[in-house]
Amino acid sequence: MTMGAGAFSGKPVRRVEDPALLRGEGTYVDNLKIEGMLTLHFVRSPIAHATIRSIDASAARAMPGVVGVYSATDLAFPPAPALMTLRPGAVRPALAEDRVNFVGDPVVVVVAESRALAMDAAEMVEIDYEPLGAVVDMEDALSPDSPVQYESIGSNVMIGLRSGSDDPLAGADVVVRGRFENQRVAVVPMEGSAIAVDPTGADYDLTVHLACQMPHMIRGVLSGLLELEPDRVRVIAPHVGGSFGGKHLSAEGVVAAKLALELGRPVKWVETRSENMVALPHGRGQVQYVELGLKHDGTMVGLRCRMVGDAGAYAGFGGILVLGQTKIMAQGVYHIPEIAFDVGIVVTNTTPMGAYRGAGRPEAAAFLERIVDMAADELDMDPVELRRKNFIQPEEFPLTTVMGAEYDSGDYEVALDEALRISDYKGLRDEQAQRRARGDRMLLGIGLACYVEVTGGGEEFAEVEVHDDGMITVKAGTSAHGQGHATAFAQIAADQFGVPIEQIRYVQSDTARVARGGGTGGSRSVQLGGTAVLQTSKLVVERAKELVADILEAAPEDIVVTGDGSVGVAGVPSKAITWAQVARTASERGAPLQVQHDTERAGSTFPFGAHVAVVEVDSETGRVVPVQHFAVDDCGVIVNPLLVDGQVHGGLASGIAQALWEQFLYDADGNPITSTLAEYAMPSAAELPSFTTAHTETPSPVNDLGAKGIGESATVGSTPAVQNAVVDALSHLGVRHIDMPCTPERVWRAISDARIGTLPDPWREPRTEMAAFPKEGASEEELERGAESVNL
Amino acid sequence: MIPAPFDYVRAGSAEEAVALLVEHGDEAKLLAGGHSLLPLMKLRLAIPSVLIDVGRVHELSFIEEQGDEVAIGALTRHHDLETSSLLKEQVPMLPYIAHQVGDPQVRHRGTLGGSLAHGDPASDLPAAILALGGTLVAQGPGGRREIAAVDFFKGFLETALAPDEMLVEIRVPKAPGAGWSFQKFNRRAQDWAIVGVAAVVNGTTGIALVNMGSTPLRATAVEAAVGGGASVVEAALLAAEGADPPSDINASSEYRRHLATVLVRRALEEATS
Repeated sequence: MTMGAGAFSGKPVRRVEDPALLRGEGTYVDNLKIEGMLTLHFVRSPIAHATIRSIDASAARAMPGVVGVYSATDLAFPPAPALMTLRPGAVRPALAEDRVNFVGDPVVVVVAESRALAMDAAEMVEIDYEPLGAVVDMEDALSPDSPVQYESIGSNVMIGLRSGSDDPLAGADVVVRGRFENQRVAVVPMEGSAIAVDPTGADYDLTVHLACQMPHMIRGVLSGLLELEPDRVRVIAPHVGGSFGGKHLSAEGVVAAKLALELGRPVKWVETRSENMVALPHGRGQVQYVELGLKHDGTMVGLRCRMVGDAGAYAGFGGILVLGQTKIMAQGVYHIPEIAFDVGIVVTNTTPMGAYRGAGRPEAAAFLERIVDMAADELDMDPVELRRKNFIQPEEFPLTTVMGAEYDSGDYEVALDEALRISDYKGLRDEQAQRRARGDRMLLGIGLACYVEVTGGGEEFAEVEVHDDGMITVKAGTSAHGQGHATAFAQIAADQFGVPIEQIRYVQSDTARVARGGGTGGSRSVQLGGTAVLQTSKLVVERAKELVADILEAAPEDIVVTGDGSVGVAGVPSKAITWAQVARTASERGAPLQVQHDTERAGSTFPFGAHVAVVEVDSETGRVVPVQHFAVDDCGVIVNPLLVDGQVHGGLASGIAQALWEQFLYDADGNPITSTLAEYAMPSAAELPSFTTAHTETPSPVNDLGAKGIGESATVGSTPAVQNAVVDALSHLGVRHIDMPCTPERVWRAISDARIGTLPDPWREPRTEMAAFPKEGASEEELERGAESVNL
Repeated sequence: MIPAPFDYVRAGSAEEAVALLVEHGDEAKLLAGGHSLLPLMKLRLAIPSVLIDVGRVHELSFIEEQGDEVAIGALTRHHDLETSSLLKEQVPMLPYIAHQVGDPQVRHRGTLGGSLAHGDPASDLPAAILALGGTLVAQGPGGRREIAAVDFFKGFLETALAPDEMLVEIRVPKAPGAGWSFQKFNRRAQDWAIVGVAAVVNGTTGIALVNMGSTPLRATAVEAAVGGGASVVEAALLAAEGADPPSDINASSEYRRHLATVLVRRALEEATS
C-alpha cells in the first residue's frame, strides 16, 4: 500500500490506545505503586454552613498506622487554586479554616499507612460545629437577607452586571417569555479524582501523578503555590478515566502535595465515589429568564436574558460561565439584532461549581432553543420554518455577532436539512398526527435543536523527531484523557511521513517529556494540537528533503515523500532513502531530525449542528422514553470519523441525561440527597436509544486542518432537542414548557394540569435585586473573561 | 468506602448459622449475596461486629417440587430463579420478576432469602411472594416454623424473623395456568421500582404492591372488589386504598397513588387477558 497524504487522515482508524486498556494495563493513578507511599483520607463537613468551634484529633492520632492528622491550624497549607477568580477575596483554603461552606468541605486530613486505616482513624476525629444557616437556592442567594458566606465581601452576589441593549423587545409584535432551570448536574467520571505525589525522586523536588487535563498548567500553579521552581516539579497525567472538564488541581490535591513535602514521603489520595459526588465540582446551574421578541411573520427582533448563575461554595469558577460562554453564545445560529444580557452570579452552600462538558454553551443552546420552540407555538409556525427564517447565512461568515463572538464558518441550513432528511421529519410529524387523531396512549414528541458552540482558540506546541531506527516520536502539548489523540495525531503525522501508523510513537501528558502545552479542554485538541503536529511534521519533512537533496545531489524541489517509508527523487524509485537513513545522516551531521514548534495563536472555531430527538410519552404515567436520536454535527474537517462518533455518542448520552434524568439535589438545609449513584439518576445504555449520527463538513478557515472541536457539541445539541421533544409531545394539550430533568412526575403533572386547566405560567419576573445591578456595555474585560473560559 | 472492622465467620449449614446467631446475638448479621448489607456497611450505616457468611450453605440453594408447591431454598440466587425451567412452567411470574432485579451482576449474587429477610418495600421479590401467597420457613434454635407471606413483613426493613432465626425456604403454590402480570415502574432499568405491582389471577386474585408503604403490601381493597365482581377499571381505582406511600426524590406520595391505580389496572388487564 502506498501511504502519504490522505492515507490515514479522514479514515476510521481503530484506536491505538485500546489494546493496553483492554488488557488491564492502564496506568491510572490508583494502579501506581511507590515504595513507602502513604494514603490520605479527608474528614469532610456534614453541615452545609457552620463555624468550626473545635477539632479534637487526639484519638485519631493514636490509632494504629496513622502518621499524622492535620487541620488548617496544624499546618499552613496554600490556598486551593481557582482556575478563574470570580471576585477578589473569594478565596478557598485547601482545608476549611474557621468555617465550612458545603457538605463535603474537607476539614481534616488523616495520613496513614493504608486507606482502611486512614478511614478508621477519620471516624475518630471529633469536630464541633456551630450551624450558621445555609443558602441553597441560587435565587435566594441574591437576597441581601441570605446567610453570607464571605463576610469580608458582605454579599453572596459575586458579580452583578447588566449589559447590552436597553430595549431589545422594542418593535416586537409578539414577545414569548420563559423561566428555565438549567439544573445542577454532577460530572461522574468513571474514575474519581486521584493524585500521587512523590518527593523522593532524584531529579525533581516533586513528581506528581495527577488525573487531570492540563499537566503543564498545573505544574505552573502547583510550583507557585508551594514556592518551588517550576522545573523542579514534574506533573504526569497518566491514564485518566474521564474528566469532562472536572479534573484539575483540587483542594485535596494541594493538601496531598504539601504533605508529601512536609513528610518527605510519597502520598496518595484517590477519591471514593461518595466523595466524588460532593467534592468534584458540579456543572450547569443557571436560572434563565428569557424573553424573545418577534414580528408576526417570525422575524426575530430582540432577546432579553436575565440569568442567575450558581457558583456553589467558595465562588467556584464554573459560576462565571454564564457571563462567559453562555453570554457569548446567546445569539446562537440566528439573526437577533438586539440582545440584553443581565447576570447575577452567587455563592451558595453547595458543592463548588466547575466546568462540565460544554461549560456554558449547553446552557445557551438550551434556553435559546426552548424559547424558539415557545415562539413557534405562539406564532403557530412549524419550528423548522421559524428557525430557517432566522438563520445566519453561509455567505455572512466570518461574522462578528451582537455578542462579540467571531464566528469562523457555518452553514446551518445544510445541517438542518440533513437532520430532517435522516430523521424523516415529515414522516414523524405524520405519525404524530395519526397518534393524536387516534387518541393513542403513547404520545409522540419530536424535538429540534439547531446550535452553534465555541471551541478551541489559542496556540499549541508539538515536537516531532525521526529516530535512527526510523521510528518517529510525536509529542503534543494537549493531554488526552480518553479521547484518542494517540490515534488521531499518529494519523496526521503518518500521512506527512508516508509511513504506517505503527511507526509513530506518541508522547503526551508529562511535563518532563513534553516541553510545554495547553492541555485538553474546550474541545481544543485536534484543531490546535493536531495542527501543531501537522505543522511540525511538515517542518521535519522540509528539513529531510533538504538533507536528501544534498545526499542524492538533486534539487530540493524534486524531493518527495515516497509513500513507502522513504524520501527520494520524484519518479525515480531507485533514488530514495529510508527515514532511518535520513535520521542517521542527520545525526551524523550533528543536527538530529527533530523539530519543536509552536503554532501561531488561532481564533476559536464554532462547530454547529442540528439534532432531531424523538420521544414517546406515556400519557397515563408521564414516563418519557427516548426512542430515536438523529444528530448532525459539523466539526469541520474530520481526522478520524470513528473517534468523532465516539465523542458524539458520549456527548449525546450526557446531553440526553440532563434532559431526562440527572439533577443534583439538596434539601433545604443544604444536605445533598443525590450523593450516590442509586439516587443520582445517571442513565446507562439500557435507557438510551440507538443514535443515528451524520456530519456535514464545513471547514474552519482558522487552522490548517480545517477542524473544529467535537468533544462537547453533541451535548450542546441533544439536551434542548430532547426537552423540546417532551414538550412537543404534549403541545396539543396546551403544555408550553417543562423544566429539566423531564421526570415522569413532572410530565404527568403537566398533563394533569393541562387537562384540568391549571397549567402554570412558564414565566414570572426575576427577583428585583437584578434590576439594581450596574449597567455596563460589553467591555473588553468581559470578552476576555469569556475567551479565557473557553479553555476549560 | 471501606466498612468498619468486623469479624467474619463462615457457616457450613443452617444449623451452624443459627448456632452462630445464638452465640453472637444482636452484634451479628447474616451475609448471603451481600447486595443489601454490604453497601450499608461500606457507607458505615450498618456496623455489625460479626458477619456470618451463609453464602456457601449449598443445601439451601435449590428449586424443587413439593406436592402442590414449588420449594425454593433461601440461598437460591436471582439468576437461578430467572433460568429455572421448573419455575417457568409452574410459577412463571417468579422468573420474570427475578429478571427485573438490578443487573446480571446483582442477579448472580443476590438471593431470594436475602431479599425477603431484608424486607425492603421497594424490592420486587417480596411483593412477588406476597401476590403468589407464598409460605416462608424459618429455622431457629428450636427447629423450623412456617410463616405465611402476608404475616412476614412487619414494618420498614422489619420481618417476623426472630434475631436467632434464619429464613431457609420459600414455598409458592404451583399455578401453571394462572394469569399473572408484573408492572414495574422506574426511571432506569437498574433502579428499584418507584411503584410496582404483581398480580396473580387463579380463581382468586392476589395483588401486591412495591414501594407503596413501609412494607410490601397486598392491595386488599382491589382484591375484594375484583372478588365482588367489580370491573378491572373500577377495582383499580382502589389500588392505593390503605397504602401510605412515601414521598422521595423519585416521586411524591400523590404521584405514587396515581401510579398504583394505573399499574394495577394494567396488571389486571394483562393477567385476565
